[in-house]
Amino acid sequence: MARTRPLLLSSQQFGLRNPDMSLGEKLWQINWTMILLTTAIAGVGFAMLYSAANGSFDPWASRQMVRFGIGLVGMLTVALIDIRIWFRHAYGLYLFALAMLGAVEVIGVAGMGAQRWIDLGVIQLQPSEIMKVALVLALARYYHGIAMDEIGRPSLLLVPLAMIFVPAALVLKQPDLGTAVTLIMVGGAVLFCAGVRLWKFALVGALGLGSIPVLWQFLHDYQRQRVLTFLNPESDPLGAGYHILQSKIALGSGGVFGKGFLQGTQSHLNFLPEKQTDFIFTMLAEEFGMVGGIALLIVYSLLLAYGVAIAMRARNQFGRLLALGLSFNLFVYVFINIAMVMGLIPVVGVPLPLISYGGTAMLTTMGALGLVMSVYIHRDIRIPRRGLGDDL
Amino acid sequence: MVLKRDGQDQAKTFTRRALLVGGGQAVLMTALGARMYYLQVIEADRYATLAEDNRINLRLIPPPRGRIVDRFGTPMAVNQQNYRVVMVREQARDVTRTLDHLAQIITLSERDYQRILREMRRKRAFVPVTVRDFLDWEQVSRIEVNAPDLPGVSIEVGQTRQYPFGETMTHILGYVSVVSEKDLTGDPLLELPGFRIGKQGIEKQYDGELRGKAGTSHLEVNALGRVIRELSREEGVPGRDLVLTVDVGLQKFVHRRLKLERSASAVVMDVTNGDILALASSPAFDPNIFNVGMSSQIWHDLINDPLSPLTNKALSGHYAPGSTFKMMVALAALEAGIGPDHRVFCPGYMELGNTRFHCWKKYGHGWVDMYDGIKQSCDVFFYDISRRVGIDRIAAMARRFGLGAPTGIDLPGERPGVIPDREWKLANIGEPWQLGETLVSAIGQGFVLTTPIQLAVMTARIANRGRLVRPRLTRLREELAAAAPPGGAGSGTAGSGVPASADAPDASAGSAPITTLDIPDSHFDVIHTAMDLVTNDRRGTAYRARIAAEGREMAGKTGTSQVRRITMAERAAGVFKNEDLPWRRRDHALFVAFAPVHAPRYCCAVVVEHGGGGSKVAAPIARDVLMETQERDPAATPPVRLVAGQLLRKA
Repeated sequence: MARTRPLLLSSQQFGLRNPDMSLGEKLWQINWTMILLTTAIAGVGFAMLYSAANGSFDPWASRQMVRFGIGLVGMLTVALIDIRIWFRHAYGLYLFALAMLGAVEVIGVAGMGAQRWIDLGVIQLQPSEIMKVALVLALARYYHGIAMDEIGRPSLLLVPLAMIFVPAALVLKQPDLGTAVTLIMVGGAVLFCAGVRLWKFALVGALGLGSIPVLWQFLHDYQRQRVLTFLNPESDPLGAGYHILQSKIALGSGGVFGKGFLQGTQSHLNFLPEKQTDFIFTMLAEEFGMVGGIALLIVYSLLLAYGVAIAMRARNQFGRLLALGLSFNLFVYVFINIAMVMGLIPVVGVPLPLISYGGTAMLTTMGALGLVMSVYIHRDIRIPRRGLGDDL
Repeated sequence: MVLKRDGQDQAKTFTRRALLVGGGQAVLMTALGARMYYLQVIEADRYATLAEDNRINLRLIPPPRGRIVDRFGTPMAVNQQNYRVVMVREQARDVTRTLDHLAQIITLSERDYQRILREMRRKRAFVPVTVRDFLDWEQVSRIEVNAPDLPGVSIEVGQTRQYPFGETMTHILGYVSVVSEKDLTGDPLLELPGFRIGKQGIEKQYDGELRGKAGTSHLEVNALGRVIRELSREEGVPGRDLVLTVDVGLQKFVHRRLKLERSASAVVMDVTNGDILALASSPAFDPNIFNVGMSSQIWHDLINDPLSPLTNKALSGHYAPGSTFKMMVALAALEAGIGPDHRVFCPGYMELGNTRFHCWKKYGHGWVDMYDGIKQSCDVFFYDISRRVGIDRIAAMARRFGLGAPTGIDLPGERPGVIPDREWKLANIGEPWQLGETLVSAIGQGFVLTTPIQLAVMTARIANRGRLVRPRLTRLREELAAAAPPGGAGSGTAGSGVPASADAPDASAGSAPITTLDIPDSHFDVIHTAMDLVTNDRRGTAYRARIAAEGREMAGKTGTSQVRRITMAERAAGVFKNEDLPWRRRDHALFVAFAPVHAPRYCCAVVVEHGGGGSKVAAPIARDVLMETQERDPAATPPVRLVAGQLLRKA
């Protein structure tokens, strides 16, 4: 149906008369600025990983570059795949990710004191990373199929809430507090933009607050310690507060212009923990100062603004929610990570997207960005509310 | 249509809410920027300081301790390199195998193994652990040769204080030992593990000079404390070498001579300037035992030895001077106008009220004048003149000659002695003075207490006709005073370990003039002649201990002090641990002397505890010592000079 009928389009938009664009048309449509921003951020990451290894590409920077190369190809591939295919396979991907999360419980490999990995021999997979994208896909598809006047129905809220909280609970059990919180926030953002009433958020939020004492029981000791330490980091400067304190020292001592590339004393003398992963922003801010840190924030902001802009330009609800959800996901990671290293929120193990060393995070982030680009390329395609049938 | 309107609603709602979400993101991103501004601009200084504190470790480089040499430059306290083998765990890899290898070269007991492995576990992988201390040169070279088989093993050099003359010099030099809690002054050097400071003698007295100043090394360290590199280094100042006035050859002679008695002390001094040429107290102990960790048994024996080898008796032995005090009485009498030909009949005693005061010679000396009184040590003569002069004038004279107060010698632990007078007794005993006590004091008994060093100073001031020399072991004080700008001398030496001396007149013979006692030469003529008669007249009490060699004759005075009386006096002063051994009840033997008699240069004071008679026991020692001294004539050679506080090595 969609194949044969020409879409009604404003004439100034070029080349989208036919929803089934040729590959050349799609390439023309690729948002190259976004790729440039992505590459710029990843480039900062390479530099910092090079510095983290005391001026060596080995062991982190070189591998990260290879991953970025793979990720770039994957990102373009994802971008070029028709959005309707993503729409069709949204639930499938979600169920796959859920199954893998379940599998982690059974065959997961413990890393950093938590079960997060599945060892596939060649690569180790972190299902929680995949779940972040899959959740947005699934929620976007769900709300694509719901009319505005139906949204108010409480019964229709049950499925998306389950979609959010089931994986969140599994992730929390790993235990990975940061990712669980992220999933809930991203899901919440999608629901919010889909038009769910604010008071419902307030209700869920109140329920959530009410359940904190219950959840507290489920938290591991080290998670509790992190929250407590966050509330009073100076109480334990050599213990759990050490990471936050050393990170703040590194940041603060960087000053306005920083200590210079490879000159960060806190990072290079190992006072800074996990400098190639969670605390990589600290290292950047130590070596390049506030100027470098804020420059990176601006590049991130541009990327995020692109995501929101793409979301608003998409003409199908699936695309809108997908682009917004995924860019919000990116934002949550950037914010949580940077706020964490600056001592604004408790220490949670959340990487800085595109910069922190780590394969799965890199690939899923780029995959997500590919999806956002796919939304842009296919922004004018209409997707029937009740699904596409089998004609595609 | 419904569908389309619905789609538009959806888009409108979405756009509104997406803008809200986007705006929220912008706000939060701005918050991150603001936080960066707060941390990196407002709090930047604080965190910069904290980062430097993290990164930079200040390490002290202990300076080498100054050497101590005698007046001829003979080293008496030196730093010996102490080789120890250390091992770094992370370089050794297989620790036990490397230790096994090492055990084939140097013997390692099972306990050594246990200790090393325990320390290895406790310390970080890059911290060197001492495997063995005090290696000899052969072991060192064998380890060096086998270095390829001994990964992580290296030789470190430390410094240990060595005293080549052992117990001979111990009462002058003292020793160094580990810093105790009460020694801490805030000098960070003192907190270095293994650092040692002077605990006795010269080592303590001049610890500030000998210690030098620590160098500092600013090290960059990582979070584990591993040193990354040295950022800067400030060289310290090595400790100042010290030249003593002592002649170690003479000291050895004196020490050996004293060891023939159970417990004795002696001082040999240059009467012209106060240079101590020898100062010995016997028995002594070997200070080197403090280096290699002394067993508690040895320490226990040392502190419980009744002959108190740890005490320098020349400075802290309180003895009644006995008849050696009679010169003071005679000089007081001369000053009071009693001529040397004042004659007294000695029937062997003198009666005062109901009490009889005996002369040492039971049947008396007959008619004696002042010369005879000293020559034969006639007690009655001194009873008589002391009655006429009175205790206050005798005490004043004794104090002018340095008795009854610390002499100010540059050694710690000097005791003051007691020169009693009316005021003293009222203040200390609370009773008025009795005339009988004047008589007892006149023969150096009763309350009178002196130290051998005081007796030497007294003799020197007699010999040099009233020049107020003070004893000294180094000329540092004078050199510093000479080097310091006028008026600044006091502040220049303050706190540097040199006792600040206000009386600059005590400077060396070359510099400031030594003030003189206001006593006419004729009085000294009398005393000199009388002391000459003591040793060189057939009827003199020490004739048998005379020096016969022409031009080297000595003049002296015997003294014998009764222990029982002393004990009571000591008890009055509240200091004496009396043990009722028979030996303990014997008299102390004393002798003071100077030589050559007609051109005095050297003086000597000898005290032999419970030695019996001064003429029989102490005088021969003084004779031997003064003979040896004159033969060596150390005063003829001035002490070697330092250049910028350092001794130039002899070519």
